[in-house]
Amino acid sequence: MNWLDALMPHLVVAPILLPMFTAALLLFPGEQARTAKSVVNLLSCLLGLAIAIFLVYWVHRQNGVGAIGVYLPSNWQVPFGIVLAVDRLSALMLLMTSIIGLGSLMFSVAGWDRAGVHFHSLFQLQLMGLNGAFLTADLFNLFVFFEIMLTASYGLLLHGTGWPRVRSGLHYITMNLLASFLFLLGIALLYGVTGTLNMADMALKIPLIPAGDRGLLHAGAAVLAVAFLAKAAAWPLNFWLPPAYAAACPPVSALFAIMTKVGLYAILRLWTLLFPPTAVGSALFGSEVLVWGGLATLGFASIGVLASTHLQRLVGFSVLVSSGTLLAAFGFSHSALTGGALYYLMSSTLALAALFLVTDLIERSRQTEEAVPEENFDDEQFPFPIDLVPPEHTNLDEQEQALIGKAIPAAMAFLGMSFMLCALLVSGLPPMSGFIGKAVMLTAVLNPEGLAVTDAVPRSAAWVMLALVIVSGLMATVSFSRAGIRFFWAPHDRAAPRLRVIECLPIVAMLAVCVLLVARAEPVLRYTDLAARALHDPRDYIRSVMAAQTVKEGHKLPAAGTLEGKP
Amino acid sequence: MELIVAMAIGVLAASGTWLVLRPRSFQVVIGLSLLSYAVNLFIFVTGSLSIGHEPVVKPWLTPNLENYTDPLPQALVLTAIVIGFATTALYLVLLLAARGLSGTDHVDGKDDEEPEQ
Repeated sequence: MNWLDALMPHLVVAPILLPMFTAALLLFPGEQARTAKSVVNLLSCLLGLAIAIFLVYWVHRQNGVGAIGVYLPSNWQVPFGIVLAVDRLSALMLLMTSIIGLGSLMFSVAGWDRAGVHFHSLFQLQLMGLNGAFLTADLFNLFVFFEIMLTASYGLLLHGTGWPRVRSGLHYITMNLLASFLFLLGIALLYGVTGTLNMADMALKIPLIPAGDRGLLHAGAAVLAVAFLAKAAAWPLNFWLPPAYAAACPPVSALFAIMTKVGLYAILRLWTLLFPPTAVGSALFGSEVLVWGGLATLGFASIGVLASTHLQRLVGFSVLVSSGTLLAAFGFSHSALTGGALYYLMSSTLALAALFLVTDLIERSRQTEEAVPEENFDDEQFPFPIDLVPPEHTNLDEQEQALIGKAIPAAMAFLGMSFMLCALLVSGLPPMSGFIGKAVMLTAVLNPEGLAVTDAVPRSAAWVMLALVIVSGLMATVSFSRAGIRFFWAPHDRAAPRLRVIECLPIVAMLAVCVLLVARAEPVLRYTDLAARALHDPRDYIRSVMAAQTVKEGHKLPAAGTLEGKP
Repeated sequence: MELIVAMAIGVLAASGTWLVLRPRSFQVVIGLSLLSYAVNLFIFVTGSLSIGHEPVVKPWLTPNLENYTDPLPQALVLTAIVIGFATTALYLVLLLAARGLSGTDHVDGKDDEEPEQ
């Protein structure tokens, strides 16, 4: 891996440049060259996945808590220029983005990309926005990447047109434009108070702010948080989400499953950086609001899950369940809890993306109803030569037909199995990874000191969270069982849907990653725990970002991430 | 001057908010534009208001904010204007599409007077 290490500081910028160039390249060929475009797009996604895996590997191989690769795109001195930084959390989010991106692209190549023009370019631009938002260490740049991501998502949401998409797109765009204005207001306020836009520099400036300006700082942070919470779909700012996600075409919804996580990522990154317990005067600002807001989202979403009959809406509300849980967990601002929450984030995002894809296939199987050929009774031969009366003690269905000997078509079996796995993952039942994530989170919430016996009584919010997480799991179980019975157990007189390998492969792959998360739970949890500890002790992050050196002519580039002068 | 600018921003933001909450999509788009003006002015003002100060460094002046305007908010406003224009234009296209598809300019695609099914 030495040759890759030599590329290292530049690989930090690769997750942004690769989709950008691919998107530009894919603009040139016309719509006839669809196969070529799909191939180029798939190759680019594969390369992106390789880069993300390498970044995770590189970051994880660095010892200790702080492992940060810093890149200065325009070679400006640190607090003034744009900074990109990759740490454990960013690398993890990049990996999630590239897995889900590759999966939903493969799925869409089977047909959805033909529903409108420029799907592939928009898709790559969306990936670029997502990757950029995860990498940037600069507040205004975060806004720019948010906008790239959102603008591409508007295009993708409308992909395929149709009235429901246009109507929910209208609401979605209005909501996001308003959130963007709030985002700008928050940035402007924070800049006015601290005089910097670099997040690490801002963290250094926070303790120096005079008490008179602290109100302004908090107002700016609160306005910014409202913008992030709107993107993370916290209650009551989430009314646009279920219709929009239900209206978008399924591979796009699958990609959107990670988009709500961008808002959560931004909150986690900024709040741990700007308002750690050591920030004098602003320690843990707003964490109570995050906890209770997350719990409210969780409660609201659980009711929504229980109430929704439309399958895509059910998945939309499950997205809300996941973001509510994460928001509450981040609000507690405790590293063990955050570590568990990051594990839960991986499992729930993958499960939701897979579930959106499965939902599409189920919906299609329902639409093939009219394609069933008319039975011609004249030509029909007796299926069982002698008696049509089943022997005694056989299992009968409600039409008094024997259940023996009826083969389940392979396609329905596949759909049923993957639906069941997704349901287990989303509702957090053993043996899947959703359960492990929830178990780790609940252990941490009730016993923040680890296994040490303490007399500390858990906060009331902790009990509420315990109850809500368990109840939401129950409600998800009820709702998904209901949907599963309706789609797979009720007798249908329709042909099994035709599935293509390229459609099933991404679902299998995402679920396989979830199974891998179970099998390799310990190393993954160790990774997320280190990531969480680095987040809650941001000194290394600040030091690495602030110590980044510009490249001068004739000088050799200093190896990124090595912290000289580390005490 | 601070008072006038602050009042201008306040009036723009208030009218914009009111218009965004209206049911017609055209009013919403005008409201969004007004809000974006308010936000852009606000960013501009965070660099503190000053008259007759240089944006370009002159050798005979000490380079601090006493003698110069803060150039960063101006750069930020430029980016924000471009992004705001682009998204508002996109919204406008969508508005026309919605008008064509539903035959009404109500944001939900149906007027309030129409009985619910």
